[in-house]
Amino acid sequence: MSDLSSAPIPPVGTDDHVRGAGEEGLIVYADLGCPHCAGAWPRLSERPGRLVFRHFPVTSKHPRSPALHAAAEAAGLQGRFFAMVDSLYADRGRVDDPHLWERAKQLGLDSERFEADRRSAEVEARVRRDFESGIRGGVAGTPALFDACTLVAVREREF
Amino acid sequence: MIAVGEQAPDFTLRNQDGEKVSLSDYRGRKVLLVFYPGDFSPICGDQLSIYQEVKPEITAKGVEMLGISVDGIFAHKAFQEKLGIDTTLLSDFEPKGAVARAYDSYIEKIGIADRTLILVDEEGKVTWTYKSPNPGEFPGANVIFDALS
Repeated sequence: MSDLSSAPIPPVGTDDHVRGAGEEGLIVYADLGCPHCAGAWPRLSERPGRLVFRHFPVTSKHPRSPALHAAAEAAGLQGRFFAMVDSLYADRGRVDDPHLWERAKQLGLDSERFEADRRSAEVEARVRRDFESGIRGGVAGTPALFDACTLVAVREREF
Repeated sequence: MIAVGEQAPDFTLRNQDGEKVSLSDYRGRKVLLVFYPGDFSPICGDQLSIYQEVKPEITAKGVEMLGISVDGIFAHKAFQEKLGIDTTLLSDFEPKGAVARAYDSYIEKIGIADRTLILVDEEGKVTWTYKSPNPGEFPGANVIFDALS
C-alpha cells in the first residue's frame, strides 16, 4: 500500500501532460467523469500559459472514470492526450467502450494499440500515481487547481 | 470537541440497513468516526466519495471507518447507493444528534453534526481529533493518513 500522508504535489515533470508553453501556469487535478470539470475545461484550456493535467478519478461517484482516464492516457501514448480529454469533456453522454473506440478512430489512433494500452497495468499505474499525489496534496474535490504546487482553488460547494 | 485521551462514549445506532451497530463492537480495532452535516449535500458527498477511494488503504491500517449524521436510515441507504460507497453510515436520528453531542460535535443552531473526524484506538480511547474550520470544508484524506502514520 502506498503512503498517502501529506506531501506537496510533485513539481511538473517530463512525463506530465502539459498544454501550452511557458514555465508558469496551473496544475489541475481533474476527473474525466466529473461534470464540474467538464464545465470548467473550456475556460481552463483557453487560459494563457501552461496547463498541467493530472488524473483524479473518483470512481465511486463516476464509475466510468477509470475507463476514461485510461483512454486518455492510452491516447497520450500516441501523442493525442489532450485531444482525447477535449473529446471526452465535450461529449459526456457517450462514454461506453464502443464510444471510446469511435473516438480513438476519429483521433487517428492505432486502434489495436489503443485497446491494449488502455487496459495495461502501466496505464493504470500512471493514473493511480497522479491520483495518489493529489490525495497527498489535499485534493478534496475536482477540479482542484494548483499554482506552483499550492492549492489555489477548488470548486465551491454548499454543505 | 471531545479531548484526546478520553474514553470514547459508547453508542448504539442503526446503520443504513437498519442494523444496530455499537462502537464497542469494534473493540480491538481502531475506528475512525466521520461526523458530517447531512446526506446528499455536495460537500458531504465529495468527502465520503474521496474517502471511499482510499478505503482499502484505511482498512489496511486496521481502521474501520464509520460515517455519522443525523439523517434517518432510509436517507443513509439512498445516499450510500447514490455515491456508490460501502462505508457504514450510522443514523444519529432519535434522539436527534445525541451521539454527536456526546462527542461535542453538534451544531445546535442548525441541528446538524459538525464536520469532525475522531480516531478511537483498540481500547476505546480517543487518540486524534480533527474539526473542520467550518462545515463547508472537509479535510482531505491525507489528513487521516497523517494521523495514522
